[in-house]
Amino acid sequence: MLNPDKKMDIEEILKDLKSYRPRRHGWTWRKPWNGKMDGYEYMQAGEPLKNSIPLPAAHYFDNIDPQPDLVITSEIASGRFEDDIRRMRMAAWHGADHIMVIRTLGQSHIDGLMEGTPEGIGGIPITRKQLRATRKALDMIEDEVGRPINFHSYVSGVAGPEIAVLFAEEGVNGAHQDPQYNVLYRGINPVRSFVDAAVAKKIMAWADMLQIDGAHNANASARVSWKIMPELLVQHGINCLYSVKAGMKKENISLSTVPPTAAPTPAMRINLPYAVAVRELFKGYKFRAQMNTKYIESDLFDATRMHMIDTFVTRLTGAHLQSTITPDEGRNVPWHINSIRGIETAKHALVALDGLTEYVKIDKKKINENVRELKMRAILMLEEIIEVGGYFEAVEQGFFVDNGYYPERMEDGIKRKKDGEIAAGTVVPRDKDYMAPVCEHFGYNHLPDGIKKPCDLIGGCTLCKPEKIKYIDELDETDNVSLRLKEKAEFDSKGFIKPEVEWSNDGTVQLDMTFATNGDIAEAAAIETAKRLGLTDINIIHKTVLHPSEGTYVEIKGKIPFAIDIKNLKLPEKIGVLPDDEITKFFKENKISVVAGTVGNDEHSVGMREILDIKHGGIEKYGIKYIYLGTSVPVEKLLDAAIETNSVAVLASMIITHNDVHIHNMRKLNDLAIEKGVRDKLILIAGGTQITNDLAKSAGMDAGFGRGTHGADVATFLVKELRKRGYAG
Amino acid sequence: MARPDDFEERSAHLKNLTDEELDKRFWELVEKVVDPLIDLAKTHTSPSIERSVLLRMGFDSITAKNIVDKIFEQKLLGKGAGNIVYRFAKSKKIDYLMAGEMLVKEDHWDEVREMFGDDKNA
Repeated sequence: MLNPDKKMDIEEILKDLKSYRPRRHGWTWRKPWNGKMDGYEYMQAGEPLKNSIPLPAAHYFDNIDPQPDLVITSEIASGRFEDDIRRMRMAAWHGADHIMVIRTLGQSHIDGLMEGTPEGIGGIPITRKQLRATRKALDMIEDEVGRPINFHSYVSGVAGPEIAVLFAEEGVNGAHQDPQYNVLYRGINPVRSFVDAAVAKKIMAWADMLQIDGAHNANASARVSWKIMPELLVQHGINCLYSVKAGMKKENISLSTVPPTAAPTPAMRINLPYAVAVRELFKGYKFRAQMNTKYIESDLFDATRMHMIDTFVTRLTGAHLQSTITPDEGRNVPWHINSIRGIETAKHALVALDGLTEYVKIDKKKINENVRELKMRAILMLEEIIEVGGYFEAVEQGFFVDNGYYPERMEDGIKRKKDGEIAAGTVVPRDKDYMAPVCEHFGYNHLPDGIKKPCDLIGGCTLCKPEKIKYIDELDETDNVSLRLKEKAEFDSKGFIKPEVEWSNDGTVQLDMTFATNGDIAEAAAIETAKRLGLTDINIIHKTVLHPSEGTYVEIKGKIPFAIDIKNLKLPEKIGVLPDDEITKFFKENKISVVAGTVGNDEHSVGMREILDIKHGGIEKYGIKYIYLGTSVPVEKLLDAAIETNSVAVLASMIITHNDVHIHNMRKLNDLAIEKGVRDKLILIAGGTQITNDLAKSAGMDAGFGRGTHGADVATFLVKELRKRGYAG
Repeated sequence: MARPDDFEERSAHLKNLTDEELDKRFWELVEKVVDPLIDLAKTHTSPSIERSVLLRMGFDSITAKNIVDKIFEQKLLGKGAGNIVYRFAKSKKIDYLMAGEMLVKEDHWDEVREMFGDDKNA
């Protein structure tokens, strides 16, 4: 069992992989859960997790972390699976239960399986060892969070059937499989793609894997992505029915569907009829709501806004999986933090929109004309595909990813030759005596007379007898996980640490800054700033024009040229909290009161209420009486109230820090207390997000409390301080 | 040649269909597109398909690839790689994994051809 306070031991995961077997096959949906959390009723929730990290505002609501009913996907593939495993754990804690691993650049063109653990580019080389290690790690992670995690990759390229076998054997739970993806985007021979796909699909069906199609790629490829909506319906239709005919159950087939367009278009009026049409046509299938990637630029916030709107469509029209795309998709390989941000966006939106359709419904009458038009356009396209001779002929004529709104044609579609492209001429007819002595083999199979189960001929196939699976460890002595881990161990053994964004101690940091000038000067100035700070490998990753001449915001990334020695770090002393019973007993014996308020021109009250109120575990629960004066309270008023009520302490909240007003206010509180002759009698405490104990003390306070403070911290301090002042108990 | 959006004229025959009829028409046409493709898959094979058979028989990926490459060269893929390995092992009375290794390392293709009667349609 993993210990949340300890990092995963990758060496331990890599041990005994040869004998590792997956605990299960097949896909797992979330278990529906109905109930209340902190008094709030949830209508579209899944079972809660054992260990998780809730949304940022959860601490106002007893730290609840309601899980939406939909499976949430996170795509994680940095090129080093040993680093991805750590990120998968982070993702699971934030609510992802579908981990999708993108393959390394070029794997779809490798005619055969890859083995070992070489480093990938833009993804991971999918191999038996990598799958086993990752699945084994996910087993541990799912035990830690208390929910099954689906592991997913791609059954595409020129080795589809073999990869399907590999996935079935290694307990991979879901996969993309769509021959059209091979044809259109990987330039693989169309005949080979379809013939291979049927075999792959039948094996996937045996393993009860969830299949996701590839239609969303047309969205990302088209110039004006909404124009290909009719074609998307056709692509979904072809892959769905082909899969059913290859032996898959409808409920294991998921459409990958994207709201096709985004603002600044009036996106909802275009996206909604499409979402309705696709759900009406594909009843009985599953829907994976993919986020729009086509229009993600380098602006993290715009990506997040777009995804919130996309998730609104999910809740309004229904889906089974919610995909998350990292908001930094538009600028580089996703970073740890952005994987988590993507998940948080989906979780936040899905939870916030819980039960939406109880109140909000689509006006079917109003939308139906648009829905029908989309269906008709798709039907017209199918009619023409048949008219020209079928799918292969249509692809040769560039029917797909044409930027015309079908039946409009721009003649700029992707064209692939039936007898051309990669791996052309590799498909052969099965002879009359063709035979395959293995189970789950799609198509013609001339078994000897009397044989019912094909693998009886060979004493069992690997699907029936997994002990027959052959495991290859490493093939490349110069490129493997052991070498990478050795390098890391040397670094770790020195007690060093560096910041990281994707790989262990990669040293990458992001800086953001605004210059009051135009974009060109701002960019150059940003690079110069990073250089002078000593960064190397400097790149501008985003720029927002605030005004053509008044200002430009720039984000840069770079590497730091040093490592931090952990043992030389000075950590702020952690003051322990006294047991609740002890605090309660103290204040039962010592009836005291305190005065509290937010000082200055400051209307923030939430933090203070948390420290005070019994509901939030504040000091009230220990029997401390408080007099709360509200917000924007003058310092004088706080002191006068303390004197009047004979209180022992003043709790002053200060959130605003503009021009160091918080420091001035602390000094003023101290000075005025001295002036009034009550400084020795009163305990002065300041609190706020930017307050630290050291800062408060230097400004004349007895104590300061910052972000993350609870009532127990303040109560503990009061007990200790009052004991010093002679209070018994 | 590019074509303007002639949806109005082109869809005249669909306008009077009910919603259900439209959905039905969609799936009928999808089936017409898909059926020839699935028939093609039923009756054909490829190197990857045959490697997937050998994997399921318990060969490692490297051996599977080597065997299929040879079979493809010999233009015998239509027999099925698993079939060839299985029948060769039987005729030699040896373990089929060993038979696979032999087919990679040694030249037994005349024997194999003979085993299958050297007739593509046998």
